[in-house]
Amino acid sequence: MTETVLQLKDVQFDWTKRAEFSLSVPDFAMRKGETVLLLGESGSGKSTLLSLICGTLVPQAGSIKVADADMTTLSASARDRFRAERIGVIFQQFNLLPFGTVADNIQLPLRFAPERRQKAGDVGNATQNLLDALGLSRSVIIAKASTLSVGQQQRVAVARALIGQPSLIIADEPTSALDAATQSAFLDVLFEQVAASGASLLMVSHDARLADRFDRTVTMDDLTKPKVAV
Amino acid sequence: MILRLAIASLAARAVTVCMTILAIALSVALFLGVEKVRTGAKGSFADTISGTDLIVGARSGSVQLLLYSVFRIGNATNNITWESYQDIADRPEVDWIVPISLGDSHRQFRVMGTTSEFFDHYKYRQGQSLALQEGALMGDLFDTVIGADVAETLGYSVGDPIVVSHGIASFADHKDQPFRISGILEKTGTPVDRTVIVSLEAIEAIHVDWQNGAQIPGQSTPPDVIRQMDLQPQAITAALVGLESPLQTFALQRAINQYPEEPLLAILPGVALQDLWAIVGVAETALLAVSAMVVVTALIGLMATIFASLTERRREMAIYRAMGARPSTIFGLLILEAVLVAAAGAIFGLIFLYFGLSIAQPLIDRNFGLWLDIAPPGGQEALILLAVVAAGAIVSILPALRAYKLSLADGMMVKT
Repeated sequence: MTETVLQLKDVQFDWTKRAEFSLSVPDFAMRKGETVLLLGESGSGKSTLLSLICGTLVPQAGSIKVADADMTTLSASARDRFRAERIGVIFQQFNLLPFGTVADNIQLPLRFAPERRQKAGDVGNATQNLLDALGLSRSVIIAKASTLSVGQQQRVAVARALIGQPSLIIADEPTSALDAATQSAFLDVLFEQVAASGASLLMVSHDARLADRFDRTVTMDDLTKPKVAV
Repeated sequence: MILRLAIASLAARAVTVCMTILAIALSVALFLGVEKVRTGAKGSFADTISGTDLIVGARSGSVQLLLYSVFRIGNATNNITWESYQDIADRPEVDWIVPISLGDSHRQFRVMGTTSEFFDHYKYRQGQSLALQEGALMGDLFDTVIGADVAETLGYSVGDPIVVSHGIASFADHKDQPFRISGILEKTGTPVDRTVIVSLEAIEAIHVDWQNGAQIPGQSTPPDVIRQMDLQPQAITAALVGLESPLQTFALQRAINQYPEEPLLAILPGVALQDLWAIVGVAETALLAVSAMVVVTALIGLMATIFASLTERRREMAIYRAMGARPSTIFGLLILEAVLVAAAGAIFGLIFLYFGLSIAQPLIDRNFGLWLDIAPPGGQEALILLAVVAAGAIVSILPALRAYKLSLADGMMVKT
């Protein structure tokens, strides 16, 4: 039996302030090392789902297991710590603190995750190796994030998600701000590095053409039964 | 790393942050400056007269006696007769006694008649004696020694003739008996700087031809004749008394206050100075309160700056949250920023203060006779600066709480 990295069971979430929207996920799981593309239109609850997995939102019912822990049973600060330790996050864009250097940005999650810091070993070396692997020149390490191109910034975001080898990488439309050529190159390095680190990748997108690259593709409709209240 | 990022984040908003730091720095410099002037003024006020145990004058209020005898402000309501003066001088407790006779003026400066002992016994700033910067003490009956401000304001030098006017702000001059400047005193920062000092006999001499405050028409005694006359004064304005032992101060004070022949008043200069300061000090306290309000205003500016930055920094906070930062870390980050800004403001304020002091010190000394000490910052300054930093942290609690709530609601996704 293969190890599961993520498992959602009977998850039910309602926005207390936005009564018209609710999200339910009866059953969804990801194996260790699996890459999954989650397709869905905007407004279908993708962001809410990611927030639930990352533990910044808590469902009203059900369980969300990430690696070995059930997010729903942890305290708020334990969830924050757990996210830092086990999950690497890549946004659409504006991933980086613009005033921080590339090194600061890459090493930021380690600040909140002592175990992950230990796994990273020599942080300076780990940073440089990731930059090399992602095709970024070592000289950018002291550059301010705001001086990089969008493509470079997204690669730095990947380095930040991967440092210290978290078990789950969550990417929220990471290519939407990139042009077609950069997109393809970016996905190449992303898959290469995720595979190299042995992490699982859950990527959200509205672009079905990317499906070929993934082990599995699910749509939000498959995953949920969103109920629209009156 | 968080500290470095906080500084980098501040640096990224350099213009706003610098303006806030500047506002805090200026307000801190103002506050410290006012405090400096206040303590300086108080010190220099208390330094006006020292070494004198009692001041004796006609019965009035203690502050009034101090004002006219030491500060040359206002006028004596009455004089002391020469007999009373002699009686006090003859008492065994009295070590020395210096008579003072006031009432005439030269331009805007008061003329004081006294004896040469004045120069021996008048002390200021913890026992410092008067010294001449030029010339000599009075040798002739019509010699005068002038204070440093008198010489500087009127451009006098040794040997210049001056004419004393009768009374204060009067057009009647004692022009028949001009004086010659024999010496100019060193600057003291006391009312002596603004005094024209003549001998007690000279005060008598210039009033020989005067009666009831006016010159007797047609009468003008030549100086040579006056020199031959007996110039023992009938009355003096006040006297400075030094005692054999300070233990006798209160006994002598009581004796003088109960002097049967004439209503007299003896005061302890230190006590009267404190009474006077209690009156003058209110203005100083008000000034301090106003400058404290300026510091508060600058800190509110800091709070407003942080509030204004929150909207544009929601994405930054979302990144921190996604990386595993707790909302309380965001809260701490904002407090840290405020502390950094307040600390920078406090340090620059201190720099501004010393810079300003180094420029203003000679000017203030020259114009007001107020010597502001440029000493390295002491415990009180450190305390004030710490209070500013602490206040910065306190005012930032409000915006930090708002950031806490925002980051809790936003999570890692900014929904705007």
